[in-house]
Amino acid sequence: MKTIIFKSASVYLLPLLLLFSVFILLRGHYLPGGGFVGGLMASIAFVIHSFANGVENTKNIVKFHPGFLMPVGLALALLAGSLPLFTGETFMTGLWMDQPVPVIGTVGTALFFDTGVYLVVIGVTLTIIFTISEGL
Amino acid sequence: MLTAVISGFIFALLIPIILGRLKSISTLWVALLPLTLFIYFLSKIPELLAGNPIKPSYQWVPSLGINLDFYLDGLSLLFVLLISGVGTLVFVYTSAYLKGHHYLDRFYAYLSLFMASMLGLVLSDNIYTLFLFWELTSISSFFLIGFNNDKKDSRKSALTALAITGFGGLFLLAAMVGLGQITDAYQISAMAPMADAIKDHSLYGWVLFFLFIAAFTKSAQFPFHFWLPGAMKAPTPVSTYLHSATMVKAGVYLLARFTPVLGSHEWWNGTLIIVGALTMVYAAIHALFRIDLKGILAYSTISALGILVFLIGLGSPDALLAASIFILVHALYKATLFLVTGIIDHETGTRDVTQLGGLNKVMLPVGIAAMLAALSNAGIPPSFGFVGKDLIYEATLGMGNLAWLLTCLAILTNVALLVAGFVAGIKPFLGKLPEKFKNVHLPAPSMYVPPLILASLGILFGLFPGVLEGGLIKPAVSSLTGTTPDFHLQLWHGFNLIFLLSLITIGSGTLLYFFLKPSESLLKKVSTFDRLSPQSLIMGISRGFALAGKGWTGFFQNGYLRYYLITILGFLSLLLAYRLFIGVDLLINTDVMTEVTFYEAVVLLVMAVAILFTVFSKSRLAAVASLGVVGYSFCLIFLFYSAPDLAMTQFSIDTLTVILFVLVLYNLPKYLKLSDTRVRIRDGLLSLIFGALISILALEVMSESLSKETSEYYAENAYILGKGKNVVNVILVDFRGFDTMVEITVLAIAAIGVFGLLKLHLRSTEKE
Repeated sequence: MKTIIFKSASVYLLPLLLLFSVFILLRGHYLPGGGFVGGLMASIAFVIHSFANGVENTKNIVKFHPGFLMPVGLALALLAGSLPLFTGETFMTGLWMDQPVPVIGTVGTALFFDTGVYLVVIGVTLTIIFTISEGL
Repeated sequence: MLTAVISGFIFALLIPIILGRLKSISTLWVALLPLTLFIYFLSKIPELLAGNPIKPSYQWVPSLGINLDFYLDGLSLLFVLLISGVGTLVFVYTSAYLKGHHYLDRFYAYLSLFMASMLGLVLSDNIYTLFLFWELTSISSFFLIGFNNDKKDSRKSALTALAITGFGGLFLLAAMVGLGQITDAYQISAMAPMADAIKDHSLYGWVLFFLFIAAFTKSAQFPFHFWLPGAMKAPTPVSTYLHSATMVKAGVYLLARFTPVLGSHEWWNGTLIIVGALTMVYAAIHALFRIDLKGILAYSTISALGILVFLIGLGSPDALLAASIFILVHALYKATLFLVTGIIDHETGTRDVTQLGGLNKVMLPVGIAAMLAALSNAGIPPSFGFVGKDLIYEATLGMGNLAWLLTCLAILTNVALLVAGFVAGIKPFLGKLPEKFKNVHLPAPSMYVPPLILASLGILFGLFPGVLEGGLIKPAVSSLTGTTPDFHLQLWHGFNLIFLLSLITIGSGTLLYFFLKPSESLLKKVSTFDRLSPQSLIMGISRGFALAGKGWTGFFQNGYLRYYLITILGFLSLLLAYRLFIGVDLLINTDVMTEVTFYEAVVLLVMAVAILFTVFSKSRLAAVASLGVVGYSFCLIFLFYSAPDLAMTQFSIDTLTVILFVLVLYNLPKYLKLSDTRVRIRDGLLSLIFGALISILALEVMSESLSKETSEYYAENAYILGKGKNVVNVILVDFRGFDTMVEITVLAIAAIGVFGLLKLHLRSTEKE
């Protein structure tokens, strides 16, 4: 599948798709979307890039092993869940800011939790796909 | 009281840390803990004599009725004094016996863990904490028996002991639950008044059965006795403490504790008399033919435990008095003999009685202790053993019709025990000292003083039995019988029948000792009978279990994905078919179904074609791609029914699945014909059946009236509570956020699994 068209397109598709996946993540609380779908889309973006340019080149873009995203995401989700403990509420209670942030909208712990899910999904998918494509 | 029990557990935690820092100092001070406990419990005697038993209670899990209810009465007192008293001496003895041992700190930790569990056990009034402490004694004894864990024998014995006593522990739980069901009470002291109601209850037989199994396994009664000789692989302090004085008596304690609740019933008395008598005679005769000192002591301990069970079975006030005395007598002389054996082993390096002799010339104090213990064991006046033996005969003679049979059994056992005691306590010390033991010397005082103390107590109590009577024996007997006992302990009863029986025992025992010389060849002849012993039977059963388990696992866990799938799908199909077969009316509710639209018909057609293509395709990649078509068609159906979230997710998942499949399959060779027609027909049939059943199930679900409570709650509260308009996402990150948390953790674990599997595989091929 190493056609010139696909190859050139993939270079522009990667940032666009990543941006789109972040968009999907952020809108998830009000409209269809969310961390899980967003994470899958981001992974697909990387997979498309690796199909066109080879796994090695894609890895060079990321610089670090995608597996590291898993602990980071898990920690973020756990942190978001345990934040209410400090204000004396039970684990996983949603906390929200009073004023909406421009562009993003209302920010609450749920958004950070969802971002954690997003990161874990990317980490898991890319780890599995990269490992399998290398291993065979 | 709580502090007294807990202190041992805390001590067990601290001791490795403390001893780690104080490597060079003598560890004698460790014995301060049991000594303090001993004095503490002694100080409770006046309070106890004043009338009421001491019953402190601490809340633990009150909603389940599990509380730390302690109960100190005469019976508990006898045991706690034994545990802490013998414990003190064993702790002292250990400081010399295992001096400089690399794991001495661990040993002390296990030992105090065991002591604390044992104290908890005999002080528990609550039936569930009783079980808890019972199990703790099994576990801590496992560590102690297996202390020399670099020896295979040791590990095996520890495992056998744990298996047998742990097995019994489960039965104890069953018995306790049964008792709780019958009485609706959790305290043993509250059950005694209900004794008659319990005996009339239909569960009584079961409770008895379970309780007996628990007591017999712990107290090494026939046919569960064989773990005890094996447990002698443990260091001698352990054998002394656990396997003569305390732990093995836990079963006896259990029976004694429940005598007022469950006793005086023909099933209770009959079973205990038969099992106790069988054990005491069987083990006593076995003890005659051993040549290993510890083996002799192990079998004579089993026999003594048999006597105790037998006496509790007799159940008369005389018998219970005899049992209380004999517990003490036995602990004193048997602990002495074990400690002496340890010294002999430590100094000469052998425990073979055929090689030992004349050790009096090199270690006189040890010899004196051993001989005093042998006297008490033989029941020769003026020892405490004589008082005990008299009481046993008095108890058997008072049994009406069976008096003579029971008395004969008791005499037979006592004769054999006497010989065993002489072989272990006298033979190694008299006679000619072999040349090779000329250089043997007396060990440190902390080793020979403890047995001397125990042995002299055995004589002192015999001379002045009144010392114990008021403070210890009377409260113990009264908590067993429930009445204030009226007796007077004394050494000399005058010339009567019982004295004659004692004389016969001593005379014939001494004669037998001179004629029966234990030897290797005799032991070999006896061991040929072992093939029929309960040990080999039970070992055979456990081997059978292991084989059956291996076969079962090998059959189902064969490592082939296709067979796993067949097993899972086949089982599910059977289950579903069975459920549908019995009494579910097939009701297909056509009202809730909508008309099939043109778009849906097209999508379904595409799906059907794609499935057929997948099944009959000649190329793997094409099959995978057409599976992707099926998935995308599903997305469309989700869209038709306005579930964009699902559609989006399904779309991404399908894309990635196809990519994964392609990655895996790409490097495999071109489609070969891997499965023959028969296999394909089998798989196809199973798939069709499973699919059909699932379809029926789905249609069934449609006709059930659905509860919409949950979904309506989520829809209403998504914005109010979760501040989000997308209900699906609010459920994921807020309402059921904890589930999501666990799910992403599972995902991460799966990824690590894949990574590890493939990368580790690579590394091992690189090595080759």
